[in-house]
Amino acid sequence: MQDLVNLLSKFIKLVAIRLPDDVYTALKELASRENSHWGKEIYSIMFDNINLALEKDVPVCQDTGVLMFFVDAGADFPHLNVLPDAIHAATVKATEEVPLRPNVVEPFIEKNTGNNVGTRLPWIEWNILPHTSYADITLYLAGGGTSLTGHAKVLPPASGFKGVIEFVLDVISGYGLNACPPFLVGVGLGTTVETAAILSKRALLRPIGSSNPNPMAASLEKILYDKINGLEIGPQGLGGSTTALAVHVEYSARHPATLAVGVSTGCWAHRRGTVRLKSDLSYELLSYKGVKL
Amino acid sequence: MNLTLKTPLKDEDLEKVNVGDIVYLNGVIVTARDAAHERFLKHGRELPINLKGLPIFHAGPIVKEAEGKWRIVSIGPTTSMRMESLEYDFIERSGVKMIIGKGGMGRRTAEACKRFKAVHAIFPGGCAVVAAERVKRVLGVEWLDLGVPEALWIMDVENFGPLIVSIDTKGNNLFEERLNAINGKKAELLKNLDKLLI
Repeated sequence: MQDLVNLLSKFIKLVAIRLPDDVYTALKELASRENSHWGKEIYSIMFDNINLALEKDVPVCQDTGVLMFFVDAGADFPHLNVLPDAIHAATVKATEEVPLRPNVVEPFIEKNTGNNVGTRLPWIEWNILPHTSYADITLYLAGGGTSLTGHAKVLPPASGFKGVIEFVLDVISGYGLNACPPFLVGVGLGTTVETAAILSKRALLRPIGSSNPNPMAASLEKILYDKINGLEIGPQGLGGSTTALAVHVEYSARHPATLAVGVSTGCWAHRRGTVRLKSDLSYELLSYKGVKL
Repeated sequence: MNLTLKTPLKDEDLEKVNVGDIVYLNGVIVTARDAAHERFLKHGRELPINLKGLPIFHAGPIVKEAEGKWRIVSIGPTTSMRMESLEYDFIERSGVKMIIGKGGMGRRTAEACKRFKAVHAIFPGGCAVVAAERVKRVLGVEWLDLGVPEALWIMDVENFGPLIVSIDTKGNNLFEERLNAINGKKAELLKNLDKLLI
């Protein structure tokens, strides 16, 4: 198991320090067309910060979040038995060695555990891939500021897409200033609050530049993208034409009586990375080209 | 206007500062966020250091300890608005002169800034390595039992900024204006939604 722990710990470090390729490219593109005085200044400091983090080998943002893993686990992946323990051990190891900020607080006793492990944390979402021998592990480090935006609500279906758009704009206009814009916006549609919420989070995992394969969902993404940028929140809330890195919509079919909508944001320092672990524990970094662990 | 100020901050220095100005700091700044505000104001504990004239930084750093010395690895601002309900009292009772964070603060904090001649300023969020570079050394830490993010980290800083002033001593509030503008835009953007074809 130690090899797996070492590998995962290095992967956690990479995610904390380096922005994935798609996020970096999207930020560059936004910076190139932002014309506001403050916006240009903010982008310039952001890129200084991104480069300095790589140079110094330290986390790009001090808030390394509560570690959230999304595992697409092949049913034939031979290390499934030890994977949950390995994820926990790697979290403890990386917290000490990178270091990450110890962010896990036990409620009721209000005590920081000091090692980023606590009741049900790190959070792990599992998805089983039949007849597959690899595992894709996606790690998302969301800071507190951008997590405070999260909202989900069950609307009556008569609200329709109009209700969805109103809800998303209410959330973003109310909380977006503090969510470290320009941010990625994830919208989940489903039956119940928790399914809409988790889909909104999964929407943040999709590569920037991708559209929902359903053309109507893609059209909703485009409408929301234009409207959110129309709010002119701008980099760090100081105004400007670039507010959203992208808007991603994920959905499930729903109960006829409900239309649940969830909204999550991912700050500009969107630290989510994916590694594919093969059965022999060789790996492929899907979100970073030309990088080794 | 760009200016550099030295701590402890003086009323006459701050009175010259307006929203939108950029300030750089030399001297001592101290982190204080949710739990430190609550311990002081809700649980009635005395502050372990005198904050009079100093800036507080809404921030929880990543730190490293080696040979008994602390080093700041990464330190960016956290969301200031979380401290809104307690900041008026914090300013009044501690005598702090500058609040540094991310995003805006509300009406009560703006009132306190006007009454007690203090300012709120933002450091660009997420730019935590740039900020750590401006910390010369850690002078001390208090209330470490609250956990690393929530403790009071006392730091000697040089050229710490850019700090964009968002509330000045006149009580002007840049983010309140921003929020009004955004809500105005929203009302426009939500018109005629019935005609959307999805």
